[in-house]
Amino acid sequence: MTERVYIKGNEALAYGALKSKLNAYFAYPITPSTEIPETLAKEFGNKAYPDFKVFLQAASELEAVNMVLGAAASGARAMTATSSPGFSLKQEALSYAAGMELPLLVVNITRGGPGLGNIAPEQGDYFQMTKGGGHGCYRMIVLAPNSVQEMASMPKIAFDLAFKYRNPVCIAGDAFTGQLKEDIVFPTIEPTEYDVSSWAVTGAKGRERHVLNSMNLDPEVHAKHVAHLDEKYKAIDRNEVRCESYLTDDAEVVVSAFGITSRICKSVVNALRREGTKIGLFRPITLWPFPYDEVHKLTEHARRFLVVELNTGQMVEDIRLGIEGRARVEFFGKLGGLLPTEREIKNKLENLMKEAIAA
Amino acid sequence: MTTGESILQGYKRKLGKLEALTEKPTHYCQGCEHGELTRFIASAIENLGIRERTVMIDSVGCSVLAFDYFNVDHVQSPHGRAPAIAAGIKRVRPELVVYTVQGDGDTLAIGLLEIMYAAIRGEPISVFLVNNAIYGMTGGQMAPTTMQGQVTTTTPYGRDTAFTGLPLDASRLLSTIDGSAYIKRVSLAIAETETPRGKSYSVKNLLDARQAIENAFKVQMMGGFSFVECLSSCWVNWHLPIMEAKRFVNDRLIKQYPLGTYKDKLGIEKK
Repeated sequence: MTERVYIKGNEALAYGALKSKLNAYFAYPITPSTEIPETLAKEFGNKAYPDFKVFLQAASELEAVNMVLGAAASGARAMTATSSPGFSLKQEALSYAAGMELPLLVVNITRGGPGLGNIAPEQGDYFQMTKGGGHGCYRMIVLAPNSVQEMASMPKIAFDLAFKYRNPVCIAGDAFTGQLKEDIVFPTIEPTEYDVSSWAVTGAKGRERHVLNSMNLDPEVHAKHVAHLDEKYKAIDRNEVRCESYLTDDAEVVVSAFGITSRICKSVVNALRREGTKIGLFRPITLWPFPYDEVHKLTEHARRFLVVELNTGQMVEDIRLGIEGRARVEFFGKLGGLLPTEREIKNKLENLMKEAIAA
Repeated sequence: MTTGESILQGYKRKLGKLEALTEKPTHYCQGCEHGELTRFIASAIENLGIRERTVMIDSVGCSVLAFDYFNVDHVQSPHGRAPAIAAGIKRVRPELVVYTVQGDGDTLAIGLLEIMYAAIRGEPISVFLVNNAIYGMTGGQMAPTTMQGQVTTTTPYGRDTAFTGLPLDASRLLSTIDGSAYIKRVSLAIAETETPRGKSYSVKNLLDARQAIENAFKVQMMGGFSFVECLSSCWVNWHLPIMEAKRFVNDRLIKQYPLGTYKDKLGIEKK
């Protein structure tokens, strides 16, 4: 059954989570993510979502995420949502959850920073989300939707990945994808059943006790644990990369962006294609694992790259790592909640194409 | 077998293996009351027959290795956040019995918000606070419960409360919160007394503590938030001989932190 709705990104994400059999949501208000808890509070108790057992507003971001950690430890599909300053406060629990191998979902509807910044969209949390904002050797899967449609379908993908790998997952929206209202066909979501019986803390009845622990004082034991986590991250890196390549097959120029900026870049690609330029769009959907190989492959024909972000240049570093010096990479960033216009991106691309580069 | 031996047999059985404990010897220092607390919690779990539905949250501090000792399900907590994790589990699975063992720094400094809000919301969990007036695991720094004048590594000339603020009375604080159900302060240190026939040792406070711990679980199962503050010694970081340290608990700590029932909303002690 498909359903056409005109809906905000944050609301779509909330319904996407409900339809993925969300069990528990722990809230702390922060703009521009607040429609997520507000929508869920409204739907709490709705018989259409019998699995949605817990909605609770916590006293702080720390309390909220640690409640999520507890709920996830007992096998529940648990999540919270926040925005950049709040996401900084989640890091401690994310590190612990990764260490204990807990499947949980944290949504970060990013806004301006550093510090209190502002409530307008920025993508300045890229490093924090993808390189590990918490302590220790861990990785978190980061999914970046670029539309209200994807905001609706992302929670199911996120929970599937979280439970498959027993690892925290982050959905990285931004103030645009969160606040944007679009006409979408709400996706049909078939929730997956997850088997948590081998690890969840449910009381040691008729089985050995389950110990979810991130501490090993014995260096050898700890080394083994971290190596085990690393093996898992390598498997995620091999199997779970997602990206969108648009008109890149013959592209000599590639523009790359994630989240909302990729939508503007796509329009630019369409316009320049009409003018006969061999240009394509490359959009990482998983910001970690990052599609390094896919980027590298583009250098077989593309020699010029433009990376557009709402920050001072963060994902561009990963693009450069993928390119390994085989192409020219330029960066164009907008800050403070301003969006690049199509005209601006087009100008940047035209300049880039004019420059002679070594073959 | 003589009568004495048969009594010993029964005693051994009683003191012997509890199902709620693993076989692992604890790392706690000789003379530390964490040992008594571990034993009391395990026997309460056993007496109430709840081992198979109990989850322990392992906090940061001396109790961090407790996952090795209690034969129940465990989740590790970041420093101070144990009550929030306990609440998360309990909200999802109300049929479980969830408890934390936390130190004074963990509960009353870095984790004060978490314990306060667990009490404010009346989360049906049990928190066992070990108050030994010092950070034990990190090597003896000032805790919120460190006494005026007490020497620690971060108050090497004695705690000056004009400068650091006064010691925090956790039981009094939590008993003022409407949401809490059972707040009790006990002492785990044996008390030395002089008798005409020489020295004698009283375990009365320990027996009270044992009862309070069982009560705390019962209150949780009745749907209330329970908190037992256990005064303890830390001879290693206090730099005192073991028995001197226990005397310090009985002479000084108990005066600063009077024992007793601070709140019993459900009347568990009358039952």
